Amino acid sequence: MPSNPTPLAEAPSETASGAAPAEHVHAALTRTSTGHEDLRELESGLDSLQSDADRKHRVDWSRILLPVAALVVLVLIWQFYVSLGVKRRDLVPGPLDVVAQMGVLWSDGKLQGSMWTSLQRGVVGFLISVAIATPVGLLLAQVAPLRRAFGPLISGLQVLPSVAWVPAAIIWFGLTDATVYFVVFMGAIPSIINGLISGVDQIPPQYRRVGTVLGASRLQMALQVILPAALPGYLSGLKQGWAFSWRSLMAAEIIAVGGTIGFGLGSLLDQGRDLSDMTIVMAAILLILAVGILIELLVFGPIEKRLLRRRGLLAGSTR
Amino acid sequence: MPVVLEHLGKRFGDGAPVLDDVNANIKQGEFVALLGASGCGKSTLLNIIAGLEAPTSGALEVPSDGAAFMFQDAALFPWLTARENIELALKLRGVGKAERRTKAQELLELVHLGSAGDKRPHELSGGMRQRVSLARSLAQDRQLLLMDEPFAALDAITRDLLHDELERIWKETGRTIVFVTHNVREAVRLGQRVLLLSSRPGRVVQEWAVTEEHRTDAGLAGQLTGVITARLREEIRRHAK
Repeated sequence: MPSNPTPLAEAPSETASGAAPAEHVHAALTRTSTGHEDLRELESGLDSLQSDADRKHRVDWSRILLPVAALVVLVLIWQFYVSLGVKRRDLVPGPLDVVAQMGVLWSDGKLQGSMWTSLQRGVVGFLISVAIATPVGLLLAQVAPLRRAFGPLISGLQVLPSVAWVPAAIIWFGLTDATVYFVVFMGAIPSIINGLISGVDQIPPQYRRVGTVLGASRLQMALQVILPAALPGYLSGLKQGWAFSWRSLMAAEIIAVGGTIGFGLGSLLDQGRDLSDMTIVMAAILLILAVGILIELLVFGPIEKRLLRRRGLLAGSTR
Repeated sequence: MPVVLEHLGKRFGDGAPVLDDVNANIKQGEFVALLGASGCGKSTLLNIIAGLEAPTSGALEVPSDGAAFMFQDAALFPWLTARENIELALKLRGVGKAERRTKAQELLELVHLGSAGDKRPHELSGGMRQRVSLARSLAQDRQLLLMDEPFAALDAITRDLLHDELERIWKETGRTIVFVTHNVREAVRLGQRVLLLSSRPGRVVQEWAVTEEHRTDAGLAGQLTGVITARLREEIRRHAK
């Protein structure tokens, strides 16, 4: 590098020739800008240097194509296995048989009917669970004695399979919708409460200090600081709560059939078992799975993504 | 006197005292730099003045409406935009909705962030975040503003600019500022008065006045910095084993 030594050699000679040594300490010790306008200009220059340029969001096709490809591969493997003829066709039906059965169920109106019944009950049960669990969770997270008293019980309830409540519910409420809702509540409420509590636990302590310094009352602190700060944890609690609602609902529908309970996807599954018709069983399982996937893709996925992006937590994730 | 500290002491549990016999008077509209090495209880003292902690002995007099507080990290709420962060401070103060909007914009203009109000904290640089944080603490509208090493985590270029900025805003708003720092040059650059706290226990051991000449004459400011640094080192050396 023949050209480089020149500026290097120049630097010390400049100081030696007396270019005000005070210049070097100037920046840290005295006023450095010459006035308000100068300061504004300097700051705005620095701001634009230090902030990232806005990036545009565009449709990422791999997000759509990859899951579809994975699905196609799985169905092909299934079809391949069936065509090997290892098991009897009525025990392990192929994808085409199941699709044909779905067509039959559709034309009977059974498919739409049972799906609608289940979805409606799942969603209503879940929403009521949210309405109950949110204030209870906030209260438990904020009031130490309450949490110490009831925390273990709530955690225990979350571990207890909610299907264990089905016999009790049938004895108490008979074969009515109340039975189904009761089981859904017992599944969803504890997991939403727990999600909210763990979300609150993960709030940086600084946020509370800021809330205190800004003069927030206890209620304001809970609603304006704690709840929004805990939102990511709360949301995963809600997701889990929905999963528990849906599972509990299916369990209840499979076990409790008849009465005024109505005909849901679980009932369809149970009917398939009674008829020993594997295509109905498989169709029901796939429909139950499809509802789970759709709710995640259409409801929780977008909400979660938006939440994380707004907080700058999405960078570098594989979502 | 907005702030009077008399024989203030603080110990946590039965450990050694963190603060011992701290005495200070801070006048209305004054800019006081509280300087000390690590472990001198600077932040504890600030927390006591803010009412976040209680002293174990002594007496203190602070404004009845409390103090605004600015933290070392901006501590902005990530779910709110810059403007909403400021509006929240106004809201918790009881300012009406319509007024909040205009007031927040005014404060954003004051810290030269008039066009960045809709950005979220993670989209702002460290210096911009600290300015939003400053605007938020001004939104509290308290006469007394406590600052706990607010520029410690910033790069040197940004810090120098924010020193000018803070001085300008202090003059424009007439606040009383207590500024905690472990940076001697920062203390000399900003404070009208520099209080040196000793370490373990923390006590005000000496104070210096910084005049307007120090603001423009780098030689004079450098000299004072040297004197204060020497005294600070003396304090630190006492703890050598």
